[in-house]
Amino acid sequence: MDLRELASLPGVSGHEGKVRETLISWLREMGYEPRTDVLGNVIVRTGGRGPKVMVDAHMDEVGLVVTAIEKNGFVRFQKVGGIDDRVLLSKRVFIGEERVPGVIGVKAIHMQEPKEWEQVIPWHTLTIDIGAKSKEEAEKKVKVGDYIVFDTEYEEIGDDLVKSKALDDRVGCAVLLELLKEKWEKLELYCVFAVQEEVGTRGARVAAYEIAPDIGIAVEGTICSDLPGCEEHQWVTKLGGGAALSVMDRGSIPSRRMLEEFLRLARENGIPVQFRESGAGGNDAAAIQLARSGCPVASVSVPCRYIHSPVSLASKKDFQSVVKLLILFLKSVEGGFRP
Amino acid sequence: MTDEMFQLIKGATEAFGPSGSEEPIREFIKARVKDYVDEVKTDPLGNLICVRKGPAGGKKVLLDAHMDEIGLIVTHIDDKGFLRFSNVGGVNPYITLGERVYFANGTTGVVGIEKIDDPKEVKLEKLFIDIGAKDKAEAESKVRVGDMAAFQRHAERMGSRIASKAMDDRIGCVVVMETLRRVKSPRHTIYAVFAVQEEVGLRGARVAAFGIEPDVGIAVDVTRTGDTPKAITMDVSLGKGAAIKVKDSSLICHPGLRKYLEKLAAERNIPYQLEVLEAGGTDSGAIQMTKAGVPAVVVSVPCRYIHSPSEVVDENDVEACINLLVAAVESPLDF
Repeated sequence: MDLRELASLPGVSGHEGKVRETLISWLREMGYEPRTDVLGNVIVRTGGRGPKVMVDAHMDEVGLVVTAIEKNGFVRFQKVGGIDDRVLLSKRVFIGEERVPGVIGVKAIHMQEPKEWEQVIPWHTLTIDIGAKSKEEAEKKVKVGDYIVFDTEYEEIGDDLVKSKALDDRVGCAVLLELLKEKWEKLELYCVFAVQEEVGTRGARVAAYEIAPDIGIAVEGTICSDLPGCEEHQWVTKLGGGAALSVMDRGSIPSRRMLEEFLRLARENGIPVQFRESGAGGNDAAAIQLARSGCPVASVSVPCRYIHSPVSLASKKDFQSVVKLLILFLKSVEGGFRP
Repeated sequence: MTDEMFQLIKGATEAFGPSGSEEPIREFIKARVKDYVDEVKTDPLGNLICVRKGPAGGKKVLLDAHMDEIGLIVTHIDDKGFLRFSNVGGVNPYITLGERVYFANGTTGVVGIEKIDDPKEVKLEKLFIDIGAKDKAEAESKVRVGDMAAFQRHAERMGSRIASKAMDDRIGCVVVMETLRRVKSPRHTIYAVFAVQEEVGLRGARVAAFGIEPDVGIAVDVTRTGDTPKAITMDVSLGKGAAIKVKDSSLICHPGLRKYLEKLAAERNIPYQLEVLEAGGTDSGAIQMTKAGVPAVVVSVPCRYIHSPSEVVDENDVEACINLLVAAVESPLDF
């Protein structure tokens, strides 16, 4: 899978350059002529005459950004996208293009008051230690505005799982690459690798305005909370349970007809699917549905355990289910399905 | 109020239609307005857009009321056949507990709660819907994850007042429907938009307005009142007429257009009151931001107990709103 390389690239919202460059070079090797728009979205148009279908996955990941460098050389940061403060402690990170290594430091347990053990340490009290002795030394390596990514090695674990940072939403980007290995004729397919989803579905919004699609699909990495201590009705999705179909989230309500079509295709072709059992969260479908005079949308996701943290897990089988289901859906559009 | 008018309100409020599942209410409205308009269409998000053509030289006037109501969406069906749910729009767990709800296919459910030790624990995630199923298989034969439910309540007359679920904003739909029926000689082309998904973020009105590109936008929606015991401080009361909105958290109504409507109401002896709503938004908030901007206002029907199964309006306010809208589309709108 291309996922190993894709997920390992840095791409904090607004700094998707490395992911973009890599995707563009792969897409060119595949014979496409990808275009980059003003905000940095990568758009591939293929297919022939027919309805305009926009399939979207976002390139950006949650991360951090440098906001200040202290006198003693410690680096202050802010969060980019939704990150739980509790997962930041003692993590290894890379800062900026030069991948300057650093550690998010925390006061030793010996020095904490007992009541501090009970508290979440807020992000704005943390700093990153890059081993610099002074502000001057730190400024030679790092500057304000540099992005920060988690230092997480991509690995395959267990029978079927991948472990990585940024699976949300490099899994979606990898799905789009699979769709582009197929030949499309009776639809106008736009694959959009979007920027800035994690900070407000910004890339998808402008891409959808320009494309004016008839059908929109967001391909996502989504919440998977099938953990000890969580009751089954709060799992949202189950790892290995198949492609996850959204029924509603805070940003969009899927087209009922598209949802029914996904379910029919899954049933008739034996593809494992599950409902995304939650109304929480949101994704690029929210922006696509509001483009111009409106567009029916749906979201199909790969479940990602420990999403929005330095390390998440996804199932290769779920990934394949999403790919197969989307190929069947697009073929169904070629065959005349309309939402 | 005539019985005919009450029956229309009863039908409109009792029709099913949480955000994103507006088909039943859309069909209800379509069947009743088609004779009074020149064109009817449903757009990609499900908005019902009805055009009543006016004379050449008139403006494009968008009259909006949202069809959707708040509701519940099934997120999980457990082994014993109980349904877990999430909210569709602003749903208060205290109000939902003990309610009876229904699904589009007619399935009835009641809302129960896990064992709690403190009333503060009444949260949506502790509630469930019991549809009388003995196990998961029986439940799944009636309801699926993603299905939506609405409060199950009938409309009732209480003197000059009417109580029902979904007054927000079916009463606005009725006002726009009646405007289309009663207007004799419109000076403008009316685009009546019965919008979807207002309760989840003004979504329908936004895309409808983009396509229409109106010269004037008027949304009709309910607003809160300050006339109940120890209520919020708000100078809107039931029975004191159409509420002409000054602002809410989604928009500041176009001052020229708003004052024009005030003057029109005064001239025609239509009772009205001014409304400042501190929290809450309406479709005009989306309409005014369309393309290069649209002068937009809101005519509100004062309503008590909004987002409950028993929302209460006064029939005289409803009539005032209809009269004001008819007067507006028959006037030059040269604000």
